[in-house]
Amino acid sequence: MADKQSSLGGHLRENGMLLALVAIVALFSILVGAQGKPMFLQAPNITNIFLQNGHVIILALGMLLIIVSGHIDLSVGSVAAFTGAVAAYLTVNLGLPFWLVIPLTLIVGGMIGAAQGYWVAFWRIPSFIVTLAGMMVFRGATMLLLGGQNIGPFPKAFQSMSSGFIPDLTGLTKPHGLTLIITALAIGVITWIGMRARARDAEFGITPEPTGLFWGRTALIAAATAFVGYQLASFRGLPNVLVVLTILIVLYAFFTENTVQGRRIYAVGGNEKAAKLSGIGTDRLVFFCFVNMGVLAALAGMMVTARLNSATPKAGTGFELDAIAAVFIGGASMTGGSGKIIGVVIGALIMGVMNMGMSILGIGIDYQQMIKGLVLLAAVIFDVYNKNK
Amino acid sequence: MTTLLEMREITKVFPGVKALDRVSLTVEAGEIHAICGENGAGKSTLMKVLSGVYPHGTYDGEIIYDGAPLANRGIRDSEEKGIIIIHQELALIPLLSIAENLFMGNEVATNGVISWPLAMQKTGELLRQVGLNEPPGAIVGKLGVGKQQLIEIAKALSKNVRLLILDEPTAALQEADADRLLDLMLELKAQGVTQIIISHKLNEISRVADRITVIRDGTSVSTLSKAEISEDRIIRDMVGRDMAHRYPERSPHPGEMLFEVENWSCMHAEQAGRQMIKGVSLNVRKGEIVGIAGLMGAGRTEFAMSIFGRSYGKSHAGRVNMHGKPVDVSTVTKAIDAGISYVTEDRKALGLILEEPILKNISLANLFGIAKNSVLDKRREAQVAEGYRKQLAIRTPGVQQKVVNLSGGNQQKVVLSKWLFTDPALLILDEPTRGIDVGAKFEIYTIMKDLAEQGRGVLMISSEMPELLGMCDRIYVMNEGRIVGELSREEADQEKIMALIVKDNGKNGGKAKVA
Repeated sequence: MADKQSSLGGHLRENGMLLALVAIVALFSILVGAQGKPMFLQAPNITNIFLQNGHVIILALGMLLIIVSGHIDLSVGSVAAFTGAVAAYLTVNLGLPFWLVIPLTLIVGGMIGAAQGYWVAFWRIPSFIVTLAGMMVFRGATMLLLGGQNIGPFPKAFQSMSSGFIPDLTGLTKPHGLTLIITALAIGVITWIGMRARARDAEFGITPEPTGLFWGRTALIAAATAFVGYQLASFRGLPNVLVVLTILIVLYAFFTENTVQGRRIYAVGGNEKAAKLSGIGTDRLVFFCFVNMGVLAALAGMMVTARLNSATPKAGTGFELDAIAAVFIGGASMTGGSGKIIGVVIGALIMGVMNMGMSILGIGIDYQQMIKGLVLLAAVIFDVYNKNK
Repeated sequence: MTTLLEMREITKVFPGVKALDRVSLTVEAGEIHAICGENGAGKSTLMKVLSGVYPHGTYDGEIIYDGAPLANRGIRDSEEKGIIIIHQELALIPLLSIAENLFMGNEVATNGVISWPLAMQKTGELLRQVGLNEPPGAIVGKLGVGKQQLIEIAKALSKNVRLLILDEPTAALQEADADRLLDLMLELKAQGVTQIIISHKLNEISRVADRITVIRDGTSVSTLSKAEISEDRIIRDMVGRDMAHRYPERSPHPGEMLFEVENWSCMHAEQAGRQMIKGVSLNVRKGEIVGIAGLMGAGRTEFAMSIFGRSYGKSHAGRVNMHGKPVDVSTVTKAIDAGISYVTEDRKALGLILEEPILKNISLANLFGIAKNSVLDKRREAQVAEGYRKQLAIRTPGVQQKVVNLSGGNQQKVVLSKWLFTDPALLILDEPTRGIDVGAKFEIYTIMKDLAEQGRGVLMISSEMPELLGMCDRIYVMNEGRIVGELSREEADQEKIMALIVKDNGKNGGKAKVA
């Protein structure tokens, strides 16, 4: 009986998130329609949601690990700005090719993460302090590197990282054939994974969620994927950003749920002392989480720089807050130890859809901030309420 | 002499446990009254009843104080009547000054504005009274435990104390500080302050106490006057009870030598120069259950944790052998690899991830045991957990259940499963039945018996002597970080164990001083 509750409770959160996303999309579709503007869910808008929010999802993936391990990273916006500037400097000022610039910049990001993680993990300086310092230091370093000016524009190859689309190998081009094929494959894989997880639940003696609910949700996801895929195909195809995002999401979802080290990060956040006494090197794991965050911040930084086609001293302002908000909207616990990649992605998408929807509706930035803040609060209250119930 | 306090037939019941069973205590005005008893005998509970920590109505019985019935609704009530308790864990705020601590909650203020000059002046007077030569503005955390104890007493004096209760006041003190404290107690007595002291240390009791009440298993056994105080009498009264629980039948066949510790020492993690473990040597054979007896603070947990990957203390010295060969136990991982497991005393804080399901807790110490190339095999994880659920009879609807929802006994079985999955040769069990009801205790004992029969060694730390006597083939007695005796199953009884501890405390005059 109790098992049934916990199982439903676990699914409730994710289903609730998904439902919220659907509801928000529906709401904007209606509101945008009522204003007599072009359809909300049209191909360019869908493409733009991913292009404009890719960096938030990437940062949120790393932020989830940090928050699960019981820490926080306030520096990611500044680090993204700094690494973006580094990439710009290497590309524009030194004329290095993109295949060299990208790994170099990622290494710089990793080193920044290591520098901060060192103090947090091995000196036990609170991460809030260390990364608050990092936030200021790397903002300043960005300005210093850029000399108060923007660096740009970039060669086409570098730009394509953020604004390019995959080539259509089928030669169909309208609609984009390869995109359609990938979409079909994705639907198949999502359904297969869902069915397998369900079969495993049954085998482990977990009461599975009701059959109707499972198939209803799977159908919804499949339909949404098909719709998005078709829209993208009829526009310019799959954006490169979405390819990178998908690979990263799958990778991190696998890492967090199916590997020894991933599981250990949850143990560290769940009860650090118990983890330590179980032979888990808690310090090294926290250090790793920060290095990982640095690398992802560098990736996000390059993406944003490439999209804006210039590195600016103001880039990345507030990114840390978007990423943290996405993680908490996605259901991570404030004290560490829980949170899922898929939740974080949905959390980031909710933020992204709201940003775009409100912009299309012409809602001022003042109200946008207030509404986003309230949504964050509501999501966390929903969590706490569910837990106490 | 008039009677200041009379507690009549006090009974206090916690869910599942009767902590006090018709305990009576009479304290005369102006005396120092000592209360003795084993760990868990109910001494502290009785004092919490008296001081209002457990308010009137949550216990049965009657308290007559100063000729009138006492019905405390809380600590504030009892403090107003001059009953002040100083707990074993000091309640001072380390980052604040002496003056701030002294008047905490009782500030020298008019209309909410504190008058610091007056507070400082009053603090100075109080410090002189207790013989503490520190400026009132000194930060409490920077003073030693002995001085902090004096500040607590000064704080009590500031509240016009009439009955001062000291719960093991010298447990954390060095010899000289303890002496000073006892002198102060005698001085306060001369000034007319009635005192109750809880202590294990017979030399202290016989020095300051006028009368002694011995409490055992939640009942008061006897009250002795100064003339009647003798070591033997107190020991007999403290432990003289029948075995309260049953234990599984065992026919031990100790095998070859499994685990040997030679001359193990370590220092306190924070307090420089304080040696916690002083040259401990002991051994466990295969198939043997060995106990470590001792009072709280004897250093048993510290010893076990320092062995287990240096999880406690620093500057470790000594050797550990497994199967006759020296092993490296410098990290938890290495200790686990060497075949050692440590089941902690505090399973909620140190043993479990409460918000995670049973199966994830069980696999935690041996994740590679359910993984291939670092990728978790969740099917195997569930099978492993299911196996232990059946083997140890963990009562739960399923292994997906969060451990926070389990009872204490079942949580302990989850911790045991976690360590069994590392396939240890030696299990160190620290208070394995603490906070577990009687029925589940028997199950835990049975598991221990099975482990020994599988040829594993078990080293059991317990404060419950009947449990040690009922389960162990040999018992080491530990006191103040040293092994002070070793008793075989045949020769061990509660009197002998207590005598080893008490006599060690008695002869401790200076020898306990740390280099």
